Amino acid sequence: MEYIVGIDLGTTNSLVAYMQGDEPVVIPGVDGSNLVPSIVTLDPLPTGGEEAPRPTVTVGNSARRALIATPERAIYSVKRLMGRGVEDIAEELKLFPFRLAADVQPGEVLRIQLGEMSFTPSEISAYILRQLKRNAERFLGAPVKKAVITVPAYFNDAQRQATRDAGRMAGLDVLRLVNEPTAAALAYGLDRGGESAARTVAVYDLGGGTFDVSILKLNDGIFEVVATNGDTHLGGDDIDNLLLVVALDEIRAEHGVDLRQQPDAIQALRKAVIEAKIALSTEPVAKLDIELPGGDRYQREIPREVYEQLIAPVLGRTAGPCRQALADAGMAPEEIDEVVLVGGSTRIPAVRALVDEIFHLSARGRKPHTELNPDEVVAMGAAVQASILEGSSAATDQLLLLDVTPLSLGIEALGGVVARVLQRNSTIPASATEHFTTGVDGQTNVAIHVVQGERELAKDCRSLARFDLKGIPPMPAGLPRIEVRFLIDANGILQVSAREQRSGTEAQIEVKPTYGLTDDQVEAMILDSFDNAESDFAERQLIEARLEADTILGAVARAPENAAWARLSADEHAAVFAARDHLIAVHPGSDLKAIREATTALDAATRRFAELMMDDAVSQAMRGKTMESADQTLNAGQAEIHAPHPFAPAQMEEAAVAQTTGESHD
Amino acid sequence: MADCAQCGVALQGSPLICGGCGAVQPVAATDYFAVLGLERRLGLDGAAVEREFHRLSRRLHPDRFARASEAEKQNSLAATALLNDAWRTLRDPVERVEYLLKLEGYAVGEEHAGKGKSAERQPPPDLLEEVFELNMQLEELRMSQRMGETADAEVVADLAAAEKRFAAMLNDVDAALVAEGARWDGGQGRAEAAARMIELLDRRRYVRNLVRDVRQSLTVTA
Repeated sequence: MEYIVGIDLGTTNSLVAYMQGDEPVVIPGVDGSNLVPSIVTLDPLPTGGEEAPRPTVTVGNSARRALIATPERAIYSVKRLMGRGVEDIAEELKLFPFRLAADVQPGEVLRIQLGEMSFTPSEISAYILRQLKRNAERFLGAPVKKAVITVPAYFNDAQRQATRDAGRMAGLDVLRLVNEPTAAALAYGLDRGGESAARTVAVYDLGGGTFDVSILKLNDGIFEVVATNGDTHLGGDDIDNLLLVVALDEIRAEHGVDLRQQPDAIQALRKAVIEAKIALSTEPVAKLDIELPGGDRYQREIPREVYEQLIAPVLGRTAGPCRQALADAGMAPEEIDEVVLVGGSTRIPAVRALVDEIFHLSARGRKPHTELNPDEVVAMGAAVQASILEGSSAATDQLLLLDVTPLSLGIEALGGVVARVLQRNSTIPASATEHFTTGVDGQTNVAIHVVQGERELAKDCRSLARFDLKGIPPMPAGLPRIEVRFLIDANGILQVSAREQRSGTEAQIEVKPTYGLTDDQVEAMILDSFDNAESDFAERQLIEARLEADTILGAVARAPENAAWARLSADEHAAVFAARDHLIAVHPGSDLKAIREATTALDAATRRFAELMMDDAVSQAMRGKTMESADQTLNAGQAEIHAPHPFAPAQMEEAAVAQTTGESHD
Repeated sequence: MADCAQCGVALQGSPLICGGCGAVQPVAATDYFAVLGLERRLGLDGAAVEREFHRLSRRLHPDRFARASEAEKQNSLAATALLNDAWRTLRDPVERVEYLLKLEGYAVGEEHAGKGKSAERQPPPDLLEEVFELNMQLEELRMSQRMGETADAEVVADLAAAEKRFAAMLNDVDAALVAEGARWDGGQGRAEAAARMIELLDRRRYVRNLVRDVRQSLTVTA
């Protein structure tokens, strides 16, 4: 059986799902969790050996601790860098501990330094995808080679291409890129297949790092996107950064300690503020209590009102795109029958209040849809789309998705102004034809600059590519008539072809994607051929299972060296040893199931130990650094964190004073 | 009508798909009306055409050909793009008029005004005086915005009134376009109807830009 899986490649978490009969089901990882945190850490390189080291990485929950213990080898939120150039990530560098490889030139594809090596964002995403692929193969017991991957609806061409490249590097044939809000609508639509009356649905999708809003008409199985809008750099991450900056400012002001140059302390603090943020979705108040270098404690209560006031500007940035989408759809809020909430950040009560206000929900006695897990619904929708492509399920037989291009496509004309070729919200696939000519007698080349965006001037839009039309037969100026055809495919990715009409010659096009990898580069980055060899799936599975077993056995062997080990009870020690001995016993055999079960059992037996180690890593990071690790601080300046909004800390401090006066700091 | 590239049966309705064997056809030179199985008329039943658009989408869309041969995939992509282009153009009453006139060999918009001196920039003669006045007021408003001064309330009120007047004018133009479209569809006096529609389209572009400019200036002030 050949499976097509649906993958949600998220900023914070990634998931893989498939259609089990008529139901989309999320596939858990080896640790039993449906969410694979989008964290990648480079493992210590093997020493010795003459060949270039073959890097291995850790992905997901197991990478969490490394994020704090060895932040210089770890990366999270890499989705923010997909399809972007060195020039346009200055803002991200202020807020995220991304370390650019020192030798990246402007105009090149970004590379991120992890330990001794550097990787493109697509490669890092490919590691996450490969993990998901392996999880699916383990669960399904069959090779997985085809996938539908979701992307933010507002992703531009370069960001989509970078995602598709990542899939290829991970050994996946990416059959379709689907927009996340549309996928969510599919998951909901399937859930309520009984209804066939036409209705209008708005999907509000606030994830870890991206925001999308899409308005769809649902009619007899056709999901037709009418308008979409968004911000590909807006999400829960921004809230985390805001809280982090406030905490860093307060720690400096109250305790005279500046943690900004300590990446591990920043990660530990970040973990604490994220926990506070999550608590504030259900509790009226959250507490921060962190031990600082020198023994002081940073203790702080964050009442929900203060928190909501603080994050209001971030959430407010979602209102504009919603109103624009309504305007583009030519609809009033009252014409939206239903609103679907997607993305972990929509658990925040203030987000729900804002959505209610934008779409006039409670005024009309309506509630937004939250029945499906907002973290899982996109992956489920991707699985539904996979099933549509597969054409094998009666449940999805009548479903069809008609999506749109989120951004207008244009060409730079004289004076740097943009001549629109295709308007945003055009149903895809879509095409347009433009004619060009020469300005000089005998000219054989015409340069064309393609941009994406809504601004009047090309320099304010996203540069997609520069095309050189070559091989135009020499003619007097203005005589050649070159027809250029732009085609946006069902993935939202642009294809271009050209023809000189007077001579009938096919003009050659040399495409220089502004922020993309060439085919050859992608080919060279394909993770490993081993993964793609389909010849012996069973053997590969066995090898992988043993490798997994080796990893955890190695960790258990080193466990007694760790201080946390002594804090386990004798019973817990005995349980770990029993599980270890069992795994060692089944390891050499060829019973795949037995090896996996023993690995899972040992993982479960060591869970509390792993938690204790995590706690230790956090407090160690906060308590301060030894001389040796001071070398590991991020290159100063570039990675320094600044308040994302100049007024934010002041506002928080004011509010904080008002809220905390009279409270004892015990 | 052409024959199906696969089974050879004569194509009926949309030339994108064979009603007999269901094969998606290689995209040949055709027009948007034909794509949707329509006669070249300006009046159309939007709901019926939308149903046809959905019906054809179900048959042609690349999602239906994910497991097909490379050639079939390419046909599906090209045919669906053409279908979407057709529906996007014809569903909009103004674009429909422009498209049909061009299809019938008339020069529309930039093509008849000449590049660079697009009709968008040349006020229709009967509006000259009013537009002159309006531009003065707009300039005054922008000047005070640049200087950071409060705009003259009278100027703002005049502009708001002008915006309403021009917006109403747009509605009149649209109504006139529909009337001329009906005349065109009737088949009598087509040349005259076409000339009038070309004039109306120019007027529409010009007035639409005016309304947009005034709105922008007023939003900045508010």
